[in-house]
Amino acid sequence: MSTSGGVTTVYVPRDSAARSVGADEVADAIGAEAGRPLRVVRNGSRGMLWLEPLVEVETPSGRIAYGPVAPEDVGELVAAGMLDGADHPLRLGLTEDIDWLRDQTRVTFARVGVVDPLSAEDYVAHGGLAGLRRALSLSPEQVVTEITESGLRGRGGAGFPAGIKWKTVREAKSELKFVCCNADEGDSGTFADRMLMEGDPFTLIEGMAIAAWAAGASEGYIYVRSEYPDAIATLRAAISTAYDHGWLGKRVLDSELSFDLFVRVGGGAYICGEETSMLESLEGKRGMVRAKPPIPALEGLFGKPTVVNNVLTLGSVPMILADGAAAFADLGVGRSRGTQVFQLGGNIARGGIVETAFGITLGDLVERYGGGTRSGRPVRAVQVGGPLGAYLPTSRFDLPMDYEAFAAADAMVGHGGVVVFDDTVDMAGQARFAMEFCAAESCGKCTPCRVGAVRGVEVIDRIVAGVDRKKNLKVLDDLCDLMTEGSLCAMGGLTPMPVKSALAHFPGDFGTTTEEGR
Amino acid sequence: MTSLPTQSLEDRVRSIVASHRDDRGALLPILHAVMEEMGHVDPAAIPILADELNLSRADVYGVITFYHDFRQTPPGRRTVRICRAEACQAVGAAELADRATSRLGIGFGETTADGAVTLEQVFCLGNCATGPSVQVDGRLYGRVSPERLDSIIEVSA
Ligand SMILES: Cc1cc2nc3c(=O)[nH]c(=O)nc-3n(C[C@H](O)[C@H](O)[C@H](O)COP(=O)(O)O)c2cc1C
Ligand code: SF4
Ligand code: FES
Ligand code: FES
Repeated sequence: MSTSGGVTTVYVPRDSAARSVGADEVADAIGAEAGRPLRVVRNGSRGMLWLEPLVEVETPSGRIAYGPVAPEDVGELVAAGMLDGADHPLRLGLTEDIDWLRDQTRVTFARVGVVDPLSAEDYVAHGGLAGLRRALSLSPEQVVTEITESGLRGRGGAGFPAGIKWKTVREAKSELKFVCCNADEGDSGTFADRMLMEGDPFTLIEGMAIAAWAAGASEGYIYVRSEYPDAIATLRAAISTAYDHGWLGKRVLDSELSFDLFVRVGGGAYICGEETSMLESLEGKRGMVRAKPPIPALEGLFGKPTVVNNVLTLGSVPMILADGAAAFADLGVGRSRGTQVFQLGGNIARGGIVETAFGITLGDLVERYGGGTRSGRPVRAVQVGGPLGAYLPTSRFDLPMDYEAFAAADAMVGHGGVVVFDDTVDMAGQARFAMEFCAAESCGKCTPCRVGAVRGVEVIDRIVAGVDRKKNLKVLDDLCDLMTEGSLCAMGGLTPMPVKSALAHFPGDFGTTTEEGR
Repeated sequence: MTSLPTQSLEDRVRSIVASHRDDRGALLPILHAVMEEMGHVDPAAIPILADELNLSRADVYGVITFYHDFRQTPPGRRTVRICRAEACQAVGAAELADRATSRLGIGFGETTADGAVTLEQVFCLGNCATGPSVQVDGRLYGRVSPERLDSIIEVSA
């Protein structure tokens, strides 16, 4: 069908990471140089971000990839016969056969990069709506059971079982209930939420509709950070199309479900990713963290029972309903079931999205997939799980990506971000930054976080300057304990994690004599 | 940006509020709309918003100051935001930040004297595998070398 009527189909991603390195200019250049009828599809990214802009050409044998393509390469590529899939140094072969991609288990990201993100026809042709249709043929209780049995845990960081949360909202008595999607994705090193929203927004919409059916909710909000203008625009367009097709609104797919969905934009505050802060923000207030209990499932948005889930959590739901809980639960290790969408970033040679079952080791992600550093220097430290996550040395590369195994190693999987640093990194500087970030982004409600983080910066400065080192190391340790124990939320509570892990694994950077753990 | 006559500001703010009448907890969408239309939230808008939304002025002020996005003074003609979070730190964000401040002769949060550029810091733009990252008026740039930054700033100035 690609060449039907002599029209060649070419894919150039519209993903903002691809656009950030020239995808728009490449698409324009292909249009200008082709010299034959073209259909240019602006797809999501396949997640091989070091190869962006990645151009794919539809051929009788499948989609052939070329990358990374610079705008100035296009003339030569077209002349070499790229539009017929011909050879060239930038030719990568069939996209599906690129081992980096082929060796993954794409579940949540199955359609990302494959389809035109805003085409309802593409969505349905690639299995979209199968999950929602099945959910609507089941009772809400049965849907909750399905999610519980799949073992799906929250992908936003805390790993709370989604089924239990949904059941709580389901059983709460209220005329009005909400489903809120946490798309604040503030963690440095994470971009999977963004890529799903830009690359396959209907999946999120479908997941939210299923959650609404299961929980008995009639209204939903997607809270997207303002740093993601492309995701916001894509979601808004997709929601409007979904209404046009009867996937949202009154009597969804002619069922008993009525569900209205809105996009709300954050205000550039990291703390608004914390769920109660997000709810305050959605209510039009300052994002001050609420004390729990009450839990949002019982008293959430405007005091009503509310499902709050991350983009990837809700984005995994359609596949679970479509393929059944067992298919998902069969993947993974221990109590970490299914796949996780890992994100490789920072100083890494082959950065991007690696969706694979839980249990893969950290070393496999960084070395086998990531190919080590982009700078070519040795890897020294890896921060997993965002700015509140631990810094780990290469000696911990044997750790399996699993919530419990990471917790046992005083680390966390979090939202699945893996940020690599080479041997030029100064770990005392990274520890200082963790405190600085907490001081800047604290909501200000509790003293250990608000004041402790400011003190933390000062103490680290003194340690590094060699002032009363021994005493100040003790002060820092006590301060970390105080923050861990006395903070209302994980902002203050987990900031000690990057600090203490940097101290434990890279003490030499803080001016002490021995450096273990390297 | 020249300041607008008070009457006009009031009308504009009231009509923005009117278009968000049906939104629950509408203050953030309204503030974003004000920012989009006027580039900043003029302090003179605070009593109008308070009146329209049945809030105290302190409530409105508190919300505006809580969020980094809402500014009370007009920005430069272009806003350049440099990512200073960890994944970009790992690939040279610090050098980029130094380059930007020295080229523009201003610090983060400041605007050049000619009103051309406002420089801001941001913590992660979701472009962490293709950093260091910079955003100019909502447009994202990746793998930004110091030289590329110069040309981005120049084009945008
Ligand atoms: C400081 C802080 C920031 C957070 N940021 C996010 C975020 O950006 N996105 C997210 O989904 N969860 C974030 N969380 C976790 C949420 O509070 C909450 O656990 C999550 O949205 C629940 O959804 P899930 O169960 O599907 O993960 C954050 C938590 C804290 C303490
Ligand atoms: S720990 Fe920090 S961010 Fe969390 S509630 Fe306390 S002050 Fe706010
Ligand atoms: S699927 Fe496109 S018109 Fe219905
Ligand atoms: S850390 Fe800079 S874009 Fe994510």
